Amino acid sequence: MDRPNPLFRNLNSKLASLPMMLIVLGVFVGGTLWTVLFSFTNIKILPLFTPKQWIDGFVGFANYKRLFNSDRWMSCPAITKIGQEGWQLKCTGAMPNMITYAILAIIISISLGFLLAVMMDQKIRLEGMFRTIYLYPFALSFIVTGHVWAWIMSPEYGLQHAIRELGWTSFSFGWIADRQMVMYAIVIAGIWQGTGFVMALMLAGLRGIDEDIWKAARVDGIPAWRTYIQIVLPMMKPVMVTTFVLVASGAVRIYDLVVALTDGGPGISSDVPSRYIYQNFSANLGQSLSASTVMLVSMALVLIPWMRMEFGKKSQA
Amino acid sequence: MANSNLAAGPSGAKPKPFITPQRAVVYTVLIVCAIFFLFPLYIMIITSLKNIQEIQSGNIFIPTLHPTLDAWEKAWNSACTGLYCEGIKVGFWNSIKITVPSTIVSIIVASLTGYSMANWPFKFSEVFFTILLLSSFIPYVVMIYPLVIITRELGIYSTLPAVVLVHTIFGLPLLTLLFRNYFASLPQELFKAARVDGAGYWQIFFQVFAPMSVPIFTVAVILQVTGIWNDFLFGVIYAGPTNYPMTVQLNNIVNSAQGGKAYNVDMAATILTGLVPLAIYFFSGKYFVRGIAAGAVKG
Repeated sequence: MDRPNPLFRNLNSKLASLPMMLIVLGVFVGGTLWTVLFSFTNIKILPLFTPKQWIDGFVGFANYKRLFNSDRWMSCPAITKIGQEGWQLKCTGAMPNMITYAILAIIISISLGFLLAVMMDQKIRLEGMFRTIYLYPFALSFIVTGHVWAWIMSPEYGLQHAIRELGWTSFSFGWIADRQMVMYAIVIAGIWQGTGFVMALMLAGLRGIDEDIWKAARVDGIPAWRTYIQIVLPMMKPVMVTTFVLVASGAVRIYDLVVALTDGGPGISSDVPSRYIYQNFSANLGQSLSASTVMLVSMALVLIPWMRMEFGKKSQA
Repeated sequence: MANSNLAAGPSGAKPKPFITPQRAVVYTVLIVCAIFFLFPLYIMIITSLKNIQEIQSGNIFIPTLHPTLDAWEKAWNSACTGLYCEGIKVGFWNSIKITVPSTIVSIIVASLTGYSMANWPFKFSEVFFTILLLSSFIPYVVMIYPLVIITRELGIYSTLPAVVLVHTIFGLPLLTLLFRNYFASLPQELFKAARVDGAGYWQIFFQVFAPMSVPIFTVAVILQVTGIWNDFLFGVIYAGPTNYPMTVQLNNIVNSAQGGKAYNVDMAATILTGLVPLAIYFFSGKYFVRGIAAGAVKG
């Protein structure tokens, strides 16, 4: 019997997957490699993918040096001494802004999301209504979110103005116009948009826990809050890791929200890596590509907990 | 007995009617948070119903006594984007022009890919699938330049097909995962029986799987329509100024400073931009939750 050519086995399946294969190789793998490779060159205009352009333009790590010397990207000038206790490192620039946002968004949305999920899990009335209320901002775009919060936080006519009018004249909430506070204003808007999603994931995780655990804990007389913290929380590790990766990866690529809420301002005090990269495409392509590579590395770091969980599972099985 | 409900939804006896201190805390937290989440929606709506004098002299919390839809009318028909003053309706129709083909193309490509991955694996198909999943984490901004080159070489840069292509590309990882997991969860006997009866790749897809996959297609449509409608970055880069979607138009309207800031018009335009995804969210309920959880719940 003739053996059929293995290339033609499952031919229809291969044909149907052809767009996916082209996208994976041509766009995702190709584009990433192109970005990383050309970040080591001094190209200025839209180059193609030719090796000659790469060799001719090769400049080693020069773009990276310039990137990290650029105040707009990252600058940590002042290591200030605070009292007897120690030192405080104050960094400014796109990269520290993103890290600040990421840390706060992760901590606040995961703790608030978990708290809400636990509350929702108490056999409450109107569960559907509460769920709808918490989750609807997630259906809205970051552009919409940004403009609503820009209006609410507008120092002229917004919250600050309204509360001062009520008589509390020293009340101050001009965060979006304050270089020191503007990133926290963005965190508020981000939390508003994304916490419902975290709550939904956590609630699904809570509902997936075996009821016998609860029975056993009750028989042993463990109070509910301790059961949540000491038994249920560790059991929800997979959900937590997934949530962490999703929230953190969203924070690393934050862009639209900043554009709508502050457009990087005041000045460039709320600039973020995505915006920096986008703004430097035409003037400073090499630097933009090196910044893109730094973002790829940041994203890889975020994925580590998830990878460890996935591969850990496989090695155990 | 408060914590005994661990089934997929509310079940068992109805909650007890009396209020214990514990339940008072639960409801207080839930209500305070609900107020925080509803507050911006309230502000958007009452602001859009005011006239400009009331905004400058009034209080952001207090609704107007004389609500008017003037701001809505202006936002839709005549707000200025910096280039022209035709309102956000231009963006609305552009968003439809972008969303409809992008949703259709991306779902066709992803459903076939997911079906191939689940039922007709071939050499290296798992490798491709793994790279595809990891790709969903690549920051979009990293891919912008390569995609500008690709669309330029294809001769479609700054046109509608370019933005459709980009949405298809970035929708592919999540949608493929969604379809692959769904098709893999269908009974394999079904697939085998169809094979024994002589059905091939396309026949099984269209005559056996597709008719029983309406729920997952619904989830995919919801996911894509909301995602594409809410996109800003791809619209601004690949669609070209004549096709700018609603989010881009909204941003331009709010940022155009012609004749001072009209917050009532801005808020009306903001609500209008959020209306389509909000309507989908409110009417689809469970499907929306299923869609957004799809990326998180891996099979």
